[in-house]
Amino acid sequence: MLRQLRTGLRTGVVTEPALGTDSVPFEVVGARLREEIHRRFKRSLHIRQVDAGSCNGCELEISGLIGPHYDFERFGLHLVASPRHADCLLVTGPVTLNMAEPLRRTWEATPDPKFVVAVGDCGRDGGIFRGSYAVVGGVSRVVPVDAIIAGCPPSPAALLAGLLAVISQRP
Amino acid sequence: MIVDFLAAVVQLVLVALGAPLLIGLVRTLKARLVGRRGPSPWQPYADLRKLLGKERVVSTTTSWIFSVTPIVLAATMLVSALIVPLVISRPALGFAGNVIVLMYLFLVATFFLALAGLDAGSAFGGMGASREVAVAALAEPTIVLAVFALAMRAGTINLGGVVERVSADPWLALAPGHLLAFAAFFIVMLAETGRLPVDNPATHLELTMIHEAMVLEYSGPDLALIEWAAAMKLFLFMSLLANLFFPWGVPTHTTITTLAAGAIVLGAKLAALAGLLAVMETAVAKLRLFRVPELLAGSFALALLSVTSMFLLR
Amino acid sequence: MSAITYVLAAIVGLAAGVTGVMGMLGVGLTCRLPALLPLGGVTLVLDPLAGVFLAMIGVAAVPASLYALGDTRHTRRGRTAYLLFVGAMAVVPVAGNALTFLLAWELMSLASYVLVVHDRESREAVRAAWVYAVMTHAGVACLMVGLLLLGTWAGSFEMTAWRAAAPSLLPWPRNLVWTLLALGFAVKAGVIPLHVWLPLAHPAAPSHVSALMSGVMIKLGVYGLIRVSLDWLGEGPPWWGTAILLAGAVSALVGVLSAIVDRDLKRVLAFSSIENMGIILIGLGAGVLYQAAGLPALAVLGLTAALYHAVNHTAFKTLLFLGAGAVVHATGTRDMESFGGLIKRMPWTAACFLSGAVAAAALPPLNGFVSEWLTFQALLQNLLIERPAVNLVFALGIAALALTGGLAVACFVRAFGISFLAVPRSDAAARAHETEAPPRLAMAVLAVACLALGLGATAVVPMLAGVGADVVGVVGALALGDALVLDVSGNFASLSMPVIAIALALVGVGVVGGLAVTGRGRVRSYETWGCGRMLQTSRMEYTATAFANPFKRVFGFFYRPVPQIDIAAHPASRLFVQRIEYANPTRSLFDDWLYRPLLTGVNRGVRVVRVVQSGSANLYLAYILVALLVLLVLA
Repeated sequence: MLRQLRTGLRTGVVTEPALGTDSVPFEVVGARLREEIHRRFKRSLHIRQVDAGSCNGCELEISGLIGPHYDFERFGLHLVASPRHADCLLVTGPVTLNMAEPLRRTWEATPDPKFVVAVGDCGRDGGIFRGSYAVVGGVSRVVPVDAIIAGCPPSPAALLAGLLAVISQRP
Repeated sequence: MIVDFLAAVVQLVLVALGAPLLIGLVRTLKARLVGRRGPSPWQPYADLRKLLGKERVVSTTTSWIFSVTPIVLAATMLVSALIVPLVISRPALGFAGNVIVLMYLFLVATFFLALAGLDAGSAFGGMGASREVAVAALAEPTIVLAVFALAMRAGTINLGGVVERVSADPWLALAPGHLLAFAAFFIVMLAETGRLPVDNPATHLELTMIHEAMVLEYSGPDLALIEWAAAMKLFLFMSLLANLFFPWGVPTHTTITTLAAGAIVLGAKLAALAGLLAVMETAVAKLRLFRVPELLAGSFALALLSVTSMFLLR
Repeated sequence: MSAITYVLAAIVGLAAGVTGVMGMLGVGLTCRLPALLPLGGVTLVLDPLAGVFLAMIGVAAVPASLYALGDTRHTRRGRTAYLLFVGAMAVVPVAGNALTFLLAWELMSLASYVLVVHDRESREAVRAAWVYAVMTHAGVACLMVGLLLLGTWAGSFEMTAWRAAAPSLLPWPRNLVWTLLALGFAVKAGVIPLHVWLPLAHPAAPSHVSALMSGVMIKLGVYGLIRVSLDWLGEGPPWWGTAILLAGAVSALVGVLSAIVDRDLKRVLAFSSIENMGIILIGLGAGVLYQAAGLPALAVLGLTAALYHAVNHTAFKTLLFLGAGAVVHATGTRDMESFGGLIKRMPWTAACFLSGAVAAAALPPLNGFVSEWLTFQALLQNLLIERPAVNLVFALGIAALALTGGLAVACFVRAFGISFLAVPRSDAAARAHETEAPPRLAMAVLAVACLALGLGATAVVPMLAGVGADVVGVVGALALGDALVLDVSGNFASLSMPVIAIALALVGVGVVGGLAVTGRGRVRSYETWGCGRMLQTSRMEYTATAFANPFKRVFGFFYRPVPQIDIAAHPASRLFVQRIEYANPTRSLFDDWLYRPLLTGVNRGVRVVRVVQSGSANLYLAYILVALLVLLVLA
């Protein structure tokens, strides 16, 4: 216990500054709620991550956001367990057939105002699984998507920059 | 008279507005200790403000109990804020209650929150409710014995009386019985406010949740009230720890200057306790649920030792 | 036709209540009818303590009779027994001599036996009535021997004579009489380990009868204990108080622990009655200990706490049993695992049951909390007795009471939450409907009474303290604060329930107003969050058994559960599991360690003695001859 405290205090804060939004493969789909999102969620955004059949590559990158190097909590972003607590659904995966209905129910369970960010090439249009018999092909086919952060997988820095751009925060 | 009313308002405002800051401070300190920059201590205010503007999604299986619970929680915490000696030793409603009333007011909140958890009809809610009432029940004997230890010396269980008795004799706070009772009460605080090692407030795994599991159904302003009430509960428990066991600096007369001084002293003590809590939460891992009764039995043993020690050293 | 009996019972109850209040306020009455019966005749004496228990009968009998008005299934035998039951219970507190007391007591026991066995077809009811009859008559036997001995040693069978002769009794006769009488009263009060009849008889009886049995009859055991420890035998040694306090602590814990794991709603309430009797006895034991230590003011405090909790328990337990009766009637079963969602189908019953549950869990601002708080105050001042052994007993009592309080909250979250909330777990619960007007009125009256007894503590406690002072023999009123605040022992502790209740209400309104200002209006209905699962049924809900699981684990040394897992696999391969049945029943410590060995021993003894009853007429004549010769020699 003491050793861990000593290491923590000696190492200090290792958080890196976040990237600017220019160098990020990020796309906003439609101007829906743009003003409202900026007004409401600029200081505090609660995110519920939904795995709609992804290979978990994007999940590993998202979990990098929680760690000390990328630390998205310093910007007021926070991961939550229940969609009822969430403002934003961060959806990964090409949306397999089995996950289409649960994804839709998760979206319905989230209170308004809410928005959806699709992560990765799979989330955009099915990625390398596009055209498969087992996938729907992109999150936008199941729930309305407001932003897409492309990449296979997108790096944590890109994810962070993308999320910050959605809520119009300057890092 | 005016000053008394002002004191009541100051206490209420301090608890209502200071509680989110306390939670934010603990979070920031925990983050720094593990090498993260962490959220700002003012983050909970932004969270609550955002939640107030959101929609309420109410489950079809729930009843009026689900809707009433957040209000009951907020009301019990705010009323308790007027009973606990925060900035003065004799707060506005101090005559109306004492530590036992306080503990049972907290139990009212637990009762309704557990019912709300069951109301949702989900497995998570029932599980959270069952675990929460089990932990609360096992923490009760420790609290009352700790109160008994304090009452032994003070001759009263009125919070103001205890504070004044120890204030009159400052070295009393370092008596072995007192310190043992503090340790026992600290463990109870961890259990009742859902902090590590009893419950992890930041967990996402439902099977490890106790308090979080009961609030998974809540959204919008209801959730804001519940989070706020939980923050106030932590604030009140920490203030009890600070002011009952180390009442140095709690004024006994009510004037404007003493109110300000009392508030500053309370802020300093709470900051110190928040630091202690952050260090503790970073250093220990969450206990397996069925090991928690062992921890609470340990705190009961500490309380029993404290009573014995106070008795023998009368 | 049937309504008349219940109306009569309600009138008897009301009369008892009014007389009781008069008695509490100091009106004393004596009524002697020596010619009515041989062996001393009938004597009726009304004094403050009797008044309290008569008032309790009023509080319970009127709503219970009102509830029964709505039920047409009762037989004439049941209705007559009910009226006799209420009448006999009203005579017990005012009995002034041994004969009246025993007659009324026995009549009460017999009438309740008839009521418990009302459904002769049910094996469970017959067994429950049998156990009840045996236990209660074992108690009556102790009472009879005790009262006969007391009467012989005191010179008369009138209670006033006992009080006068008490100081002149030697220690060993006094202790013997106390032990016998305390045992007899303890059986009636359901004190561990003599409680085995309670969880069998209360669920088997019809609900209005259960309400009266739990609400009043077992209190008469407490009445007897108060009389014998503080009144009839004068001042006793400290071990009486210690025995009562420890018995109370054990009863409270065992009662609430047994209540948490049971799935029969009425049995949960029966065990909760045992728990509350334990709390009452903790207060009484503290009072008796203070009296033996020469601290009359604190003795009055302990006794007041015990009486107050007794009155409160009558109010909320009657309410809970009537509510449970409504639920059982609507669904046709007592099993909590079949309930659920009843709050939407029986809203009135649910609201009343919730008030009863909050009161039983001893939560502010209702009445259960105030009396438990008062009991704590009586216990916390024990340092004024300067004996470490006694202080240790008090510390154990404090810890037991605190743990009981916490466990009671868990018990009633489970009882109300599983029965009334969420989704129905069976078709019976889905088809349930609200009860008729009389039961609803009865429950509403009791719910209001619970609130009034809690908020009006500053009015009730001085009255009960007066009764306590009369019993203990303290002259002059105790200083107990003013109309708003209850002050205990000077500035040891103070409580103001009305202030707290008003503060809660005002703050609650303020919070609602604040939310309205910030726009709380938008509401949307959607299904419960189940991880996006396709099917949300009642099988996803928590069950009563699951809710009790943490307690079964923590207190496993007491419950000694025996897990039974039954796995049914597909006939083609044992790897394809089709069905799993899991049961985790608890075992009763007292059945296994006390009653089974005792009964086995008795059976063995009886088998040996049976040789005497050979059936031969010649042998019986020989017995008579021998007995005659022996008596002639002795005379």
